[in-house]
Amino acid sequence: MHVKKRLPRSNVARFATSLSAVSLILVSIILTCSQPANALPAFARKYGLRCSACHESWPMLNYFGQKFKDNGYQLMNDRDAPIWQNPGYWPVVFRITPIWHRVSVGKVQVDTYTAGAADGGQAVQRVSSSGFDLSGLDFHTGGTLEKNISFYLLPSSDPTGAFHFEQVFVRFDNIFHSSWLNFKLGRFELDNLLSEKRILTLTGNGGVYQTYHFIPQGDGNIFGQIGDNQLGIEYLGHSADDRTRISASLVSSSDGNVNLSTTANAYTGFFAGSQAFDAGRMGVQRLGFYAMAGEASTYYLTQGGVPLGGSGIGNKSFSREGFVGQFYFGPHVGLTVVTQHGTDNAWFGQGYGNAEATDGNGGTTCGGPALSPGCPPNNFPGTALPTGSQAPSWNGVTFEGHYIYSPQLIFISRYEVEKMSQQANGPGYTPGPQGATNGFSTQMPSNLGNISTYTIGFRYNPFMTSRAGLAWHNEYNWLHQDGTGPANLATGALTNLNTSEILMGLDFDF
Amino acid sequence: MRTELRKWSLLLSVAAVLALPLASSAQLTKYDLAQKLNAEAHVGKLTGHAKAGAADYRRYCVGCHGVLGDGNGENADWMLPPMYQKPRDFQLGIFKCRSTLSGTLPTDQDLYDAITRGFDRSNMPQWNTLSKQERTDLVAWVKHFSPRWANEQPGTPITIPPEPEVTADRIKAGRDVFARVQCWKCHGVAGQANGPSASTLADDLGRPIAPFNFTDGSRPKCGDTDKDIYRIFMTGLDGTPMPSFADNIKPDEAWDLVFYLRTFMQEKSKEKELAKQIGLKPVDPNAPAPAASGQQ
Repeated sequence: MHVKKRLPRSNVARFATSLSAVSLILVSIILTCSQPANALPAFARKYGLRCSACHESWPMLNYFGQKFKDNGYQLMNDRDAPIWQNPGYWPVVFRITPIWHRVSVGKVQVDTYTAGAADGGQAVQRVSSSGFDLSGLDFHTGGTLEKNISFYLLPSSDPTGAFHFEQVFVRFDNIFHSSWLNFKLGRFELDNLLSEKRILTLTGNGGVYQTYHFIPQGDGNIFGQIGDNQLGIEYLGHSADDRTRISASLVSSSDGNVNLSTTANAYTGFFAGSQAFDAGRMGVQRLGFYAMAGEASTYYLTQGGVPLGGSGIGNKSFSREGFVGQFYFGPHVGLTVVTQHGTDNAWFGQGYGNAEATDGNGGTTCGGPALSPGCPPNNFPGTALPTGSQAPSWNGVTFEGHYIYSPQLIFISRYEVEKMSQQANGPGYTPGPQGATNGFSTQMPSNLGNISTYTIGFRYNPFMTSRAGLAWHNEYNWLHQDGTGPANLATGALTNLNTSEILMGLDFDF
Repeated sequence: MRTELRKWSLLLSVAAVLALPLASSAQLTKYDLAQKLNAEAHVGKLTGHAKAGAADYRRYCVGCHGVLGDGNGENADWMLPPMYQKPRDFQLGIFKCRSTLSGTLPTDQDLYDAITRGFDRSNMPQWNTLSKQERTDLVAWVKHFSPRWANEQPGTPITIPPEPEVTADRIKAGRDVFARVQCWKCHGVAGQANGPSASTLADDLGRPIAPFNFTDGSRPKCGDTDKDIYRIFMTGLDGTPMPSFADNIKPDEAWDLVFYLRTFMQEKSKEKELAKQIGLKPVDPNAPAPAASGQQ
């Protein structure tokens, strides 16, 4: 009898073979058994619509979802008021994401050791860290209080459980039966068509739009971040089919901080408009613009040298403006483009302005006398701008592409670039009496602070119902910034910094 | 021996991987896909294709109308008549809102309008955010569920004469029509959906259904223009107790009835003003029914 002689195989190889087979079966079962396509389940439960009705992929809205939101979370079917709901209905949703991620920072200045003890030396090296982790927890609750009166409340915590109110507002819609008259008051996201609060990505740098948060190096103006929720009042008007949208907001220049923070008494306006076009089989295309113009204080009163809360004065101006395009190339491919031109007053460029208490949004803590370490510079009366100071300005663009295989599976890619067009420290810069208030004592390199970043990933929803949502999320982000690495230890020259993060998690809400 | 076992288990695993999707697609061949997926819809200059509408149906509609279009989506069990009507069973090919006579199939435009307009007081929203092409494709997809479209042609839209001027006399004549054809039996003498038959109504599938309340500010399901209201009672709402009155109401009388129905509604209208001026009283259910115009 002829017996085939098999090559000896290692246990590892055998295990790999079995694992492959089991994985194949599992993937096949998931793909096969998954129901046809996953939102704020509170809304989905109320209206019986699947997540996919309002979301291109949860949480990113599609046009129908945008219209639902623009109507004050109403379908406009005369069944929106809570009186029509089962009395037991309570519109509450929680969302949290257990994750595994690996973060790698290309250059970190670290202590050096010799013979088991710090030798006082410094070195620059890559630091990578990985492990299982948690996102923050969001408690979304929103809906109608009465027909055409709605609310949203979002207590949100960081991963340690420290809570703040991320979003709180009451809105009045269809005043005088007109879809052109809608108002809301509270803390809310600015009317960004590409919503950061509905971003599909979760990594540290990829989970925000850099274009929405870019601040020149050393700049003290944290108030022009259009991605942060702001405190104020918003007017919104839209056509019945939501093809035409306009909005105008008046917000406090506090970057959303409560308690009439240091920069109280300064306001910012945000304006947006867009028009959608029916492009046949290509889908509905939308073109729009936004403009933000405001003032924030660079000077606050002190008492015994300590900054006095709510006393901001010496307002200086800033602006952000750009275009937005949401394009579809058939049912599967979408591309969103956001541009931005930003300008800050030269005082902000010198580091004045950021007198906020720590708020999680980049503010500075200052419990001691002004100008002491850790305190922002103060534009005291009589302070003059240093020679060579300029108003910093920059340009940025975000490209975000989606391949929507089905409502259950979406592939995401994003590329963002932010480039300075004018630095705060221009030719002939010489620090003033308060010193290098923005941290740079000479003329800044033209590319200092420039950012380029890309993010790729996919989200897979193994099921899709009108009751709950679960996404298996996978993502990679890489970010490069010019001149923000540790200074070269030998020459003191600025260095560039690369960071990257890979993340896998289960993003769920119920 | 163990080696052979591993070999066979691997082969079986691969076979299972290949077989599972096949088993899944087998479920989708309950009806003749090949023929039905060729269904088309024509709205204006647009041609919709069923296959092209499948993805949008799966994204937007399947939760209520179900994968098979039978109205048994995951939410159907929670829509309790009469407050919420069950989702439409597309397999039956019976539709409330039509421009065609009772019992006939609706036109593609009728289905397109229904998708665009949505249905007030139901879970069916307005889908006017979708592109015209997407809506036309959805019409074709809806049609592919029912064999009726394979065997029947859509009905011919009824002719609606030009709307005459509203006058007090016409409103009074409309009240007579309201009394004669006994609209009040379901809709109530003041249009409040509280007629003597209102609580007994059921649709063709035996599910409770409420008559339209003209007074609560809601919009008629099949459109709220004068023409829409005219069309509703002249074509009837198939599958419901609301019959077609095309044989009982002459076209001119139909406009009179439209004007009278407007007097019930919350919105300000000339009809309401005129009715107030002449002190128009509701019909008296106990009075003899007025004769049709032209009769002695």
